[in-house]
Amino acid sequence: MSRLVTLCLVLCSLAACTAVNPAPGRNGAAADSAVAVGVAYSRGGRGDKSFNDSVGSAVDRAKAELGVSVKELSPNSAGSDLEEVLRLLAETGHNPVLAVGFFYAQPLAKIAPAFPRTRFVIIDDATVKLPNVTNVVFREEQASYLVGVAAALKSRTGRIGFIGGVQTPPQQKFLAGYAAGARATNPKIRLSSVFMSQPPDFSGFSAPDKAQEAARGMYDSGADVVYHAAGASGIGVFQAAKAAGKWAIGVDVDQRKTVDQGLSQVILTSATKKLDVAVLRIIQEAVQGKSISGLREFGLKEDGVGYATSGGGLTDVEPRLEEIRKKIISGGITVPVVP
Amino acid sequence: MSPRAPSLTRRMLSALTAPAFALLIALTVTTALLAAVGASPGRAYLTMLDFGLRPDSLVSAVNRSTIYFFAGLAVAVAFRMKLFNIGVEGQYRVAALFAAVVGASVNLPGPLHLAVVGLVAVLAGALWAGIAAVLKVWRGVSEVLSTLLLNYVATAVIAYLLADFFAAGSASGSTPELPPSARLPELDGLVSLFGLSLPPGAHLGGAALGAVVLGVAVHLMLTRTRYGYDLKASGLNPAAAHVHGIEPRRMILLTMLVSGGLAGLAGLPDLLGNTYSYGVDFPSGAGFTGIAVAMLGRNTPVGIALSALLFGFLERSALILDIQGLPKEIVTIMQGVIVISVVGAHEVVRRMEVRRAARLMREESVPVVTPEPVRPAT
Repeated sequence: MSRLVTLCLVLCSLAACTAVNPAPGRNGAAADSAVAVGVAYSRGGRGDKSFNDSVGSAVDRAKAELGVSVKELSPNSAGSDLEEVLRLLAETGHNPVLAVGFFYAQPLAKIAPAFPRTRFVIIDDATVKLPNVTNVVFREEQASYLVGVAAALKSRTGRIGFIGGVQTPPQQKFLAGYAAGARATNPKIRLSSVFMSQPPDFSGFSAPDKAQEAARGMYDSGADVVYHAAGASGIGVFQAAKAAGKWAIGVDVDQRKTVDQGLSQVILTSATKKLDVAVLRIIQEAVQGKSISGLREFGLKEDGVGYATSGGGLTDVEPRLEEIRKKIISGGITVPVVP
Repeated sequence: MSPRAPSLTRRMLSALTAPAFALLIALTVTTALLAAVGASPGRAYLTMLDFGLRPDSLVSAVNRSTIYFFAGLAVAVAFRMKLFNIGVEGQYRVAALFAAVVGASVNLPGPLHLAVVGLVAVLAGALWAGIAAVLKVWRGVSEVLSTLLLNYVATAVIAYLLADFFAAGSASGSTPELPPSARLPELDGLVSLFGLSLPPGAHLGGAALGAVVLGVAVHLMLTRTRYGYDLKASGLNPAAAHVHGIEPRRMILLTMLVSGGLAGLAGLPDLLGNTYSYGVDFPSGAGFTGIAVAMLGRNTPVGIALSALLFGFLERSALILDIQGLPKEIVTIMQGVIVISVVGAHEVVRRMEVRRAARLMREESVPVVTPEPVRPAT
């Protein structure tokens, strides 16, 4: 027993020794450079191969191209410290502060008034309306509407599918637009949809095995086009499409150009979204000191979202899609955001 | 009084020894890890302390710890009779959802409104835990499995109810906001009593007061009521308890309901003091933290309060590490090591006491039957 006590005492004094030897630290990142950008990611942080990583790549470019210093924080997995993460970034002099994801809406509404000189940018939320807040919103439902039209036109069986990542409001926009586009084209179309996970389980964006299983089920029951908005899970959908010899629709970027050669030929089109371009532009404007408050929409009109035509799978229906695209831009078609 | 006093001090000392050991081991492990990744442990700890002791940090730590306290109590009550309620996570989220829905749909004067919301939360939590209790009592299903798996069921049920009923058509995916009469008052006056001034936007939530009251109530329930005695007896020796007329099935059912009811409260500090609605972004994970908090707190209200405060403090101070470029994951590791080592340390302390008792008996020349019991045979 006494040996154990001695051991503990030794370890304790070791800990104490190191504890009284503080290294000179940097005090606040803001002092290093004129512009310090703060980035608060969604739960999961960087490395999610989805939303956070897309923003992350834009942030990396901003760092390299604009020469700004960047501090990137992620909340805890419980999502209980979002408000504190924002407050900390603002408090330490970061300006602008990017809040990545609609989860920050409520915390931001509380924090922003306390830091009137800090400019906040929230992505995927239009509800926080404050003088120092910019809302960056992508009209994914518009792009999804177009690929929904394409799916309905290309389907021979009259059955199509949708595979979402995590069932959150921004994800519902994809489903809402897709369903509306498909039904407007073929009122009798049968759409089956499923999300890979529900909050607080955010694994749905990184579960290709589950997505493959879900897509296989859809193809087996007669669907011949399946659209995924499930981040890194999408690979599973493409694998299932290849096995079934049917179509799949990609998301975010022209996935025909980014996935392996073997899988690319199953991709009919992709609903694209220029998240990185938009984020980079917003950071640039903030760095130049431009006023950036208010709603910034990136839809078909702003060329913030769109659909990919590579591979030629859509050649026969492209005129029809272009016509609808123009109608959405002119306001002739209003795309719903809630299914 | 005098023959009792030393034993009380010794009891308190021994109660503190195991957690102290655990903290020490955790500190050692994190120090080694920090040094291994090339970060200065000293700087990490000092930064954490410096930031963690700011008034707004302390308030934030207390707010966090009220949630963990409720969750920890829920786990502890069940654990007193060796029931593992791993389902606090699902229970408190189901409870928060229903509390949010009912709270937003009725209109009552302040205190009554809060009471109704609280009651709904307790009932919903108890009912969700009751599923596991019924399964155990009538079908013999282990509550470890059923409560754990019911967490996943809860996630799916909540997602379905939100999407198709309670938040249908809402762009934010949340239930309607609670009216002001259903919100907890803030206790910032209490903070200024301590001579601390809070920066704008930081508040001490009213739930902290509720936690103190509930803590005392649970303490009295465990130590001063028939139920508390039955609970302890059933935990120590179910067979003997049964012989003494404590019906085990009734105890299991009752205890799971009490545990689930307490779990139901864990969502309220956030719901009534922070988010005011239940949505897909409602903070999660407190149920699992509650298990660790209850283990560290040795299943007593005072112990749980202390360990909840420690967890709240650690999580709050972790925030600053990221900004300073230090790995904030060490705090998660520290919490994990604390929990593992408190279990081990408790065993070490128990053995120390067995030996101590044996030595005392020898000194008083009382014949000792088993001087060095390594482990009881049963």
